[in-house]
Amino acid sequence: MTQLPEKTDRKLGLVIDLDTCVGCHACVISCKGWNTENYGAPLSDQDPYGDASGTFLNRVHSYEVQPEQGVAQLIHFPKSCLHCQDAPCVTVCPTGASYKRVEDGIVLVNESDCIGCGLCAWACPYGARELDQAAGVMKKCTLCVDRIYNDTLPQEDRVPACVRTCPAGARHFGDFADPDSNVSRLTAERGGMDLMPEQGTAPVNKYLPPRPKDQIAKDIDVLAPLLAPVDENPGGFLGWLDKALEKL
Amino acid sequence: MTTHQPVLDTSPKVSDEIRRTTCYMCACRCGINVHMKQGKVAYIEGNRDHPVNKGVLCAKGSAGIMQHNAPSRLRKPLKRVGPRGSGEYREISWDEAISTAVGWLAPLHETAPHKLAFFTGRDQSQSFTSYWAQNFGTPNYAAHGGFCSVNMATAGIYTMGGAFWEFGQPDWEHTKLLLLFGVAEDHDSNPIKMGLGRIKERGARVVGVNPIRTGYNAVADDWYGITPGTDGLLVMSLIHCLLKAGKVDLDYLARWTNAPALVAPDGLLHRDENDKLLVVDRADGVLKPFDTKGIRPDLAATRDIDGATCRTVFQHLSERYLSSDHAPEAVAERTGLSAKRIRALAGELARVAFDEAFEINQPWTDFRGETHATMTGRPVAMHAMRGVSAHANGFQTCRAIHLLQILLGTVEAPGGFRFKPPYPKPVEGHPTPHGQGRPGRPLDGPHLGFPRGPEDLLLDDAGNPKRIDKAFSWENPLSAHGLMHMVISNAHAGDPYRIDTLMMYMANMAWNSSMNTRGVIDMLTARNDDGGYVIPRIIYSDAYSSEMVAYADLILPDTTYLERHDCISLLDRPICEADAAADAIRWPVVEPDRDVRGFQSVLVQLANRIGLPGFVESDGTPKWTDYADYMVNHERRPGVGPLMGWRGEGDSTGRGAPNPQQLNRYIENGGFCTHHIPDTAQYYKPWNAGYQDWAVNLGLYDSPQPYLFSLWSEPLRRFQRAAEGHGPHQPPDHLRERLKSAMDPLPVWYETDQTGNDGFTVNALTQRPMAMYHSWGSQNAWLRQLHGHNPLYVPTKLMRQHGLQDGDWARVTSPHGEITVPVMEMAALNDNTVWTWNAIGKRKGAWALHDNAPETAKGFLLNHLIHELLPPRGDGLRWANSDPVTGQAAWFDLKVRIEKAPPQTESQPVFPPTGSPVPDGPSELVWKVAD
Repeated sequence: MTQLPEKTDRKLGLVIDLDTCVGCHACVISCKGWNTENYGAPLSDQDPYGDASGTFLNRVHSYEVQPEQGVAQLIHFPKSCLHCQDAPCVTVCPTGASYKRVEDGIVLVNESDCIGCGLCAWACPYGARELDQAAGVMKKCTLCVDRIYNDTLPQEDRVPACVRTCPAGARHFGDFADPDSNVSRLTAERGGMDLMPEQGTAPVNKYLPPRPKDQIAKDIDVLAPLLAPVDENPGGFLGWLDKALEKL
Repeated sequence: MTTHQPVLDTSPKVSDEIRRTTCYMCACRCGINVHMKQGKVAYIEGNRDHPVNKGVLCAKGSAGIMQHNAPSRLRKPLKRVGPRGSGEYREISWDEAISTAVGWLAPLHETAPHKLAFFTGRDQSQSFTSYWAQNFGTPNYAAHGGFCSVNMATAGIYTMGGAFWEFGQPDWEHTKLLLLFGVAEDHDSNPIKMGLGRIKERGARVVGVNPIRTGYNAVADDWYGITPGTDGLLVMSLIHCLLKAGKVDLDYLARWTNAPALVAPDGLLHRDENDKLLVVDRADGVLKPFDTKGIRPDLAATRDIDGATCRTVFQHLSERYLSSDHAPEAVAERTGLSAKRIRALAGELARVAFDEAFEINQPWTDFRGETHATMTGRPVAMHAMRGVSAHANGFQTCRAIHLLQILLGTVEAPGGFRFKPPYPKPVEGHPTPHGQGRPGRPLDGPHLGFPRGPEDLLLDDAGNPKRIDKAFSWENPLSAHGLMHMVISNAHAGDPYRIDTLMMYMANMAWNSSMNTRGVIDMLTARNDDGGYVIPRIIYSDAYSSEMVAYADLILPDTTYLERHDCISLLDRPICEADAAADAIRWPVVEPDRDVRGFQSVLVQLANRIGLPGFVESDGTPKWTDYADYMVNHERRPGVGPLMGWRGEGDSTGRGAPNPQQLNRYIENGGFCTHHIPDTAQYYKPWNAGYQDWAVNLGLYDSPQPYLFSLWSEPLRRFQRAAEGHGPHQPPDHLRERLKSAMDPLPVWYETDQTGNDGFTVNALTQRPMAMYHSWGSQNAWLRQLHGHNPLYVPTKLMRQHGLQDGDWARVTSPHGEITVPVMEMAALNDNTVWTWNAIGKRKGAWALHDNAPETAKGFLLNHLIHELLPPRGDGLRWANSDPVTGQAAWFDLKVRIEKAPPQTESQPVFPPTGSPVPDGPSELVWKVAD
């Protein structure tokens, strides 16, 4: 069994805004592109032109929600490793390949020590790990550890590929250990949530919940006076027009 | 085991070199950084400096690497050896390919140029391909707009000199209420996502009007799950509510629109002897030219003209939309929306437009010479594209949306809708259509244009259409993008005439780009009594092994977008933003590893060999060797060419002599050029003297062209008037009634043609997934893992009614055909609408797919249910399934019936496989460019 660090210096992670995510999959493919070319083994695809099945570190799911009152909603839900503080995928690892970094809390797999046993994927309650079928090693979100400190990249590009590419700006990267960081502030302001807190994994990544939807007709009392007719009498509109034009 | 933390290299070298070019994974045309390792494409990301995407990139863009290495890429020119559809070819040399094409085309150019029909699909070089066709002399050219969004484009041009997407955008930094109509994920994909993010950050409201709640409608604060095809009813009801409450911008309407113009007894607007619009000055009650300095145009005026009392346009439109026919209660049932919610939306529009109005301290001067101290913001913006367009009442619905924006005074006001250069550009700034084909000579002007009246139709002396697609005929007078969906059908029917050669580019007409796919395949393979094909010759250019390849006689293999030159030109459909003009290039960041050529360069070579005017000097020597040469050295007007940047000595923008170093300058700058609009000219562009002068300097116009928005459309009225029996150009009698109602000078809603729809009551729609929209397919290995399946999504109510469960199969029948497909329940869907993802289904044998690909087994097309013609009426006429104004393909008017079917192993109908010109793809991909 592998030990987790008692404490990490920083807590790097993502805030994912479910109110803004349009479900476009930009993050999924950008992640695939960066991580197939960079850290560790490439993310392979089996039968890519048939009944394809490949390795992805980030996937977007969609769920319908039917409120008790009103019309149904659709929530796009991007999911990747949450870099948990009490990461069961690390403690279950028989070889020490899975580990959580002391300096920033990123959960990584040391591929040279990974035997592909798959225990970590079973232990992860979020289904955030995928065993690459070509390499036989476990793959997971690295938070683009080879981007965020990469001094060959311009400073503004030292963020995970998914954050850099997200067209809607629904993904934010930062240090949750710093209460003044962008991610800490967003979490506080928007009621950022843990995913499945009952699992006791203390995930670092947070999700911002969708804002209340379909409220417009509830404001009808405020809006109705705006639509009060200028004149109910036949021909009254022209009279109003004449007066209104005089005031211009 | 204790923590064992390995030492990581956190600063690995990312690539050897970054080459910056323009994406072509859809119509958005974002800037991309292509990371190269060892001369190979290793990684693609967005270009932060680029005006379109500012660094972000969608799934399509990031998956470009899989498009570039796709096994479906064609490898060599091909000549068909088996019968059409067999997929049996012989690989040939480019010399043979070019000689074959010249052998077919040169005689047509010399004797009967109209016998070539040249239509392009995902073409981003339309100003070039149209130039080629114009010089060939055929009237038969268009791109794919006729089956895409011509309704939106044309309604916008006729109403206000521009529409959405390439014409303009919401003022993302200021808007507080965004209204989205219909399928909106189709065009301007990254900018709209970026904009949605920006306005959500500011807490602004997004309202989606769409039968389906996916994508942008899923994040919309409020969703109106409208009945398809009734958007016009909703919009005119909103107008009703706003007018009734006086919540319209009278000052804006008086100054900037033809609302104060007087409607003469003939239905045209009152003008002086110089054809200048006259309005009554409220200050002294005198009729004066509309552009008189200091005038206060009177919306409430009346005048006696030709013995009749004439009222202003504003009074006419008020009368129409104040009618109780447009009250929310009157449209609630047909739109499927409650009157309360319609009123709430109208109230919110009024509240935001007027109670949240704001001022920007930016003086500006209008075309009348009046200087304004500030710019007044009306923070309501709207966007619509394909959804409302793809109905046979779509043109007038799009007009209604524009009217709503204009009544609120938001168009070109801060917070509203903003044009992108070269727009605004009114109808008068566009050419009329040209179609007089003469042997050996070019057309006397561009094919596509904007008719001002019946005299601009392209009809021969007998009244027959001059174009094979019948564009600009009485059947669809304002068909400004042509009717690509009718070309094969008409050519097969010999209606209005037979052609010799069909040449197409990036257009999958034998599959998902055609209505009535089976029928079109039969037309492509139909033979005459003598055994020859009814459409004798088909030339096709594509980069990939699409379904269409099997039906061509000669295949000219194109490059991928990373291997080619292109220009995204101000002469065409540029990438401008509301605050800047911009254009861009593509350049070969890698050379092809196959024997393929960019199609545009092939067109140059064909033109040179045929000796097309415009391409060769008077002594026959070619002007250009390839497309890159054309991009730099062609001048459309003296000093104005395809690219605006670094002209002359490299220091001129817009106007200037060709500069041999121009492409290098573009490459150094990241593949694009931007030219900013001064602060004083940022808003009110149609009327802003500062903007007009800037546009003239840049070469967008040759003189200032201020104009008024056309709430009342005189071109429409001229056609309507002809249908009433006036004037020398008269429509055939069978079209009179339809023209009278469809060519209404004010926006109107009408029920689309329901012939044959008895018993078919369910609306059926399609949309492309965001990760694939407008993406010229290769069956991209990454993207197809996102969307490899397309069930028919069925609303809860219909699932229950038909006893269906997820994974069951349903037979879906329309007046035209039948399919049997898997279903899935969806709650966030209009109660009487089913839909599926379009173009997921593929044909076996195409795209280098393996036999077990889900797209070829369970994937299906709704196209089999949609005919390009309406059901026969017994009058012997072929009535197109198109908007009667523009000819826009009415894909979304489809009505179906569904019923439970026994389980199937494959979606029905099943097509036999075609032969493939390329081998199957690999069984595993482990894609990494080694260091």
